[in-house]
Amino acid sequence: MAQGSTLPAAAASGTRREASALPEIVKDAALFALVTFGLSIPIVAIRTDLGQGTGLYLTTRWGLVAALCGAVFVLRLIQRLVMLRVGQSRLAAQEKQAASGLAAPVGRLAASLGPLTLGLALGLPFIAVIGGGGLSEGRYWIDLGILILTYVMLGWGLNIVVGLAGLLDLGYVAFYAVGAYTYALCSTVFGLSFWVCLPVAGLFAAAFGVLLGFPVLRLRGDYLAIVTLAFGEIIRLVLINWVDFSGGAAGISSIPRASFFGIPFTAGEGGFASTFGLDFNPMHRVVFLYYLILALALITNLVTLRMRRLPLGRAWEALREDEIACTSLGIDTTMTKLTAFALGAMFAGFAGSFFAVRQGFVSPESFNFLESAIILAIVVLGGMGSQIGVAIAAIVMVGAPELLRNLGFLRAVFGEGFDPNEYRLLLFGLAMVAMMVWRPRGLISDREPSIRLGKAAR
Amino acid sequence: MKAAGRLAVTHRDLPPAADGPPDDPVLIVDHLTMRFGGLVAVNDLSFKVGRGDITALIGPNGAGKTTVFNCITGFYKPTEGMIRLCPEGGGAYLLERLPGHDVNRLARVARTFQNIRLFPRMTVLENLMVAQHKPLMQASGFSLAGILGLPGYRRAEAEAVEKARAWLQRIDLIGRADDPAGDLPYGDQRRLEIARAMCTDPVLLCLDEPAAGLNPRESADLNTLLRMIRDEHATSVLLIEHDMSVVMQISDRIVVLDYGLKIADGTPEQIRTDTRVIAAYLGVDDEEVEAVEAEVGLAGAQA
Repeated sequence: MAQGSTLPAAAASGTRREASALPEIVKDAALFALVTFGLSIPIVAIRTDLGQGTGLYLTTRWGLVAALCGAVFVLRLIQRLVMLRVGQSRLAAQEKQAASGLAAPVGRLAASLGPLTLGLALGLPFIAVIGGGGLSEGRYWIDLGILILTYVMLGWGLNIVVGLAGLLDLGYVAFYAVGAYTYALCSTVFGLSFWVCLPVAGLFAAAFGVLLGFPVLRLRGDYLAIVTLAFGEIIRLVLINWVDFSGGAAGISSIPRASFFGIPFTAGEGGFASTFGLDFNPMHRVVFLYYLILALALITNLVTLRMRRLPLGRAWEALREDEIACTSLGIDTTMTKLTAFALGAMFAGFAGSFFAVRQGFVSPESFNFLESAIILAIVVLGGMGSQIGVAIAAIVMVGAPELLRNLGFLRAVFGEGFDPNEYRLLLFGLAMVAMMVWRPRGLISDREPSIRLGKAAR
Repeated sequence: MKAAGRLAVTHRDLPPAADGPPDDPVLIVDHLTMRFGGLVAVNDLSFKVGRGDITALIGPNGAGKTTVFNCITGFYKPTEGMIRLCPEGGGAYLLERLPGHDVNRLARVARTFQNIRLFPRMTVLENLMVAQHKPLMQASGFSLAGILGLPGYRRAEAEAVEKARAWLQRIDLIGRADDPAGDLPYGDQRRLEIARAMCTDPVLLCLDEPAAGLNPRESADLNTLLRMIRDEHATSVLLIEHDMSVVMQISDRIVVLDYGLKIADGTPEQIRTDTRVIAAYLGVDDEEVEAVEAEVGLAGAQA
């Protein structure tokens, strides 16, 4: 790389340079393979097995060693070549930018990413049905879509609190639980329908947000994080131990399903299928749930984008940047934080009641700290404050573990009994480390200004 | 909001603070004392800031100037004393009783900071928009009207942008309106912070070392800017400054602090020749030392 940057960066010389650097790169990759070989002799090459008797039998595994060395060689080769390319294109881009003053290509990419993702989300059920060859066959993908969208919505909700207002909330799942239990209890005890319960759940969660917010929002940073973490645990423990109220650890089951704005998804007369003249298929409900969570998530997105352009939203961001300066400009920091907390909690409440209606069953186990951690990781990985970044992070964080289930062919490489799913957390950690090294501010770290002088003039 | 308004009692018949000029004060600091544990940072300080004046608060390092500022702008609650802000229409706000943000929101006292406190990742324009929080918040119906996109809010926003644009033209930053504030050079950040404070329509603008770190040309520009603020707006200025070229040229009055005590108060000419001020800044004059030594009989012993 060092000698790469000293060469002229004209695109024409790129291939020539690649060719001149190739022997050096191959040598480097070979060195890596050699080191791998040295390391794998004591670790991989010889396996000890318990024999029939008391003795140990040594099995040599030179094939595996060779495979490892080969893999390292190839990977290193690819890495060096990619780095060379990236270095070149970066130089070229810099030159181009200096010459014409164009916006960064990343910005354009991010701008086109939004509509692309939205289109994909809208069309997913159709793609799944066509790809799977039938409504029921596409169920796996639609279910996965629902799961991802739930996390997208939670990520967007938490983004208001963490990304915009800069309040580190480790107990976000508590509001999710409040929403879920609100619907579960309202529907099973009072027999209220989902459409009545949805706003109630949101308002209830927002009220809990305010309740928690009042005493703790004068805390900052780490202290706030600890108190919110405790709040999350309190809600969970109350749900476990207050058996009369919440059913305890057993949870609440047989929660009524959602209806199509009053028309139930049943096989008989007056059901969704017969009303619209379709053949009954339980998948109708799943597709409906998919579009429901998509709509809820988009509402969250829309409100957040709108809020960013309003004085309150700007005050949130200002608060994240400098609280003291905010006070000196006459902004009531407590009220501003409370609104962010309440709004974020409200969306978690919506998502929670959706969760309850989808599962038909809620228990405190669904609302443990790991959930909060995943949602927070989505927000941080996505880039604090970036909507599309959060969506992509949710797809990666929730979708990637699912992908691992489908990697059965790796058994051919690593031997029988290899379950890629067991390496989920390892890969998770690796991804985190990689992110922190290459994109420490999240996937999409560019901040789009909420107002531009040029645009405002028009 | 109502509660805070009620807190700001209008005191018409309070006894006058310090006697003497200026006759029409916008700010009256009355027997202000601030203690931090055993340390007395400000000791029984009384002074006035005249309406439409530029008043400078000077003194050696550690004299308590910034503490006075923090008391006036609501960041500290004074141990003793009273700080009154008298808006043009009569009445007064007791600043020491207002909660922090109401000092700006109701009493309309704006400030800048010694170490610049902009919102670095927000753009220059956004910084000025945040400063207009109060009118915009009302126009957006506390976000309800705004989220529905009602025309009333859009009009208010356009007005706010216009005001920001005017200020950006004045401080010569119009070309960088959409850049993050943190990317600006130091001198520009200083000017932007002043413009941001001015966007809150203050009655009194408190500047904490506005010329710190500026080169001579930039501090000359600053002088022009401050004079313009004084002459064209209904804003009085109170500033802390070490740069005497700024202080002496633009101040109408100067208050000198040393060890939390006021040692002088007057026009720049009076201050320039005040022996106590010279002593505080430069140490005691050699002749004076000799005179004192002679008095106690030390001079003879030395000779």
